[in-house]
Amino acid sequence: MLTALRCVIHRDLLLAMRRRADVLTALLFFVIVVSLFPLGLGNEPNLLRTIAPGVIWVAALLASMLSLTRMFSEDHADGTLEQMLLGSTPLGVIVVAKVAAHWLVSGLPLVLIAPVLALQFDLHQSLLWTLTLSLLLGTPVLSLIGAIGAALTLGLRGGGILLSLLVLPLYVPVLIIGAGTVDIESAGLSAQGHFLVQGAFLVIAATFSPWAIAAALRISAE
Amino acid sequence: MRAETAAAGHNLKRTQINWFKYSSPQTFFPLAAKLTPWFGAAAVLLCAIGLYIGFFVAPTDAQQGDAYRIIFIHVPAAWMSMFLYVVMAFWAGAGLVFNTRLSGMMASAIAPSGAIMTFIALWTGAVWGKPTWGTWWVWDARLTSELILLFLYFGFMALQAAIDDPRRADKAGAVLALTGVVNIPIIYFSVQWWNTLHQGASVSLKSAPTMAATMLLGMLVMALGFWMYCIATTLLRVRRIILERERRSDWVAQYVRTMK
Repeated sequence: MLTALRCVIHRDLLLAMRRRADVLTALLFFVIVVSLFPLGLGNEPNLLRTIAPGVIWVAALLASMLSLTRMFSEDHADGTLEQMLLGSTPLGVIVVAKVAAHWLVSGLPLVLIAPVLALQFDLHQSLLWTLTLSLLLGTPVLSLIGAIGAALTLGLRGGGILLSLLVLPLYVPVLIIGAGTVDIESAGLSAQGHFLVQGAFLVIAATFSPWAIAAALRISAE
Repeated sequence: MRAETAAAGHNLKRTQINWFKYSSPQTFFPLAAKLTPWFGAAAVLLCAIGLYIGFFVAPTDAQQGDAYRIIFIHVPAAWMSMFLYVVMAFWAGAGLVFNTRLSGMMASAIAPSGAIMTFIALWTGAVWGKPTWGTWWVWDARLTSELILLFLYFGFMALQAAIDDPRRADKAGAVLALTGVVNIPIIYFSVQWWNTLHQGASVSLKSAPTMAATMLLGMLVMALGFWMYCIATTLLRVRRIILERERRSDWVAQYVRTMK
């Protein structure tokens, strides 16, 4: 089982590395969206400092959603998914591996680049760690929930837009607590509670969503 | 597969009371036709009584004046909006687990009613908020979670609309509805925390004065009326869905012939 896990992650990472442009597009999207906000709202430093966590979080949410459609669609198109469904490895394990690969490719780069963008917003340096850690805890949840939507909309017309309609409302708690972590820390309070809640979200999502994703995949591939 | 379910139903009949008789679209269809006018009439009657109490009997509120009277529509709609999502998820889940066709049809029939109720609750809330709070919209915990609930309904309906195969639509919708049901309490509480963190609205719904008995009565009668309305429209809608999906079966052909 662990071999299968490692194998699927390795395969997906390899595929992603062969098409670096796709990965970079999502990352560039993230950077551009974040950079647009000061242009739209003005460059008043106090304002930028207040909106920074929210803007970065919303942009991260959208960027990680962009790459969701690719999570299963290619495997579906070339028949790999069918083999995965038929194979003896539990589908839940494969699904976890695919989500992990998706996060490594589209979530982790966002986490790593976010502090740099936060500097553009003049976010206080002590908050950079909080922001990074909150994204580190939050983006895997986005990948997990998003995978449910990706599996449900597999092969549907207008899948991409439909996916955002399904997934974005479900992202709300992650966004609220994630951006709230930075907000509360900047207000001078301890963000520990928020981190714990984020951890709880991650545990809940990691426990239940593989089932939902697997069920959705079986329905979509019928 | 249809024959199998029917056969299972008959086997059950021999041994005990057949609870599942109406779980088949064919038997449920005439039952729904019989029940719809009753629920519809009850809805009209109860809403008429409720509105009469609300507008003519209930006293004017000391603080909010007559503007408060919109709660006779607002509160029942808000209750129904949340309750219907749970009912919808229940039927969707039942359809997923027991593989019954009618459950999925019920779920997709309930969704529009739920969305309408959510919309009414939001709309009347805005109309009430303007004279009372001085603003159409407040990012209050309840308002925000109600808005997200509306998005969840839209997502459910959009997903079902995008899938051509009704069986897949039912199952995919079920997975989404169940995910939503797990998420609703999380959304509600996170919105509440977010609200307190951002120093919430200056006017709280919680500090509302205790209601006069007639107000409560009017509201409860209206709530019952909304229940009846939702049941009637759901039954009406489920009949249409049954006809559409079973159009290739003999009994529908026969039914259509008798209608002509």
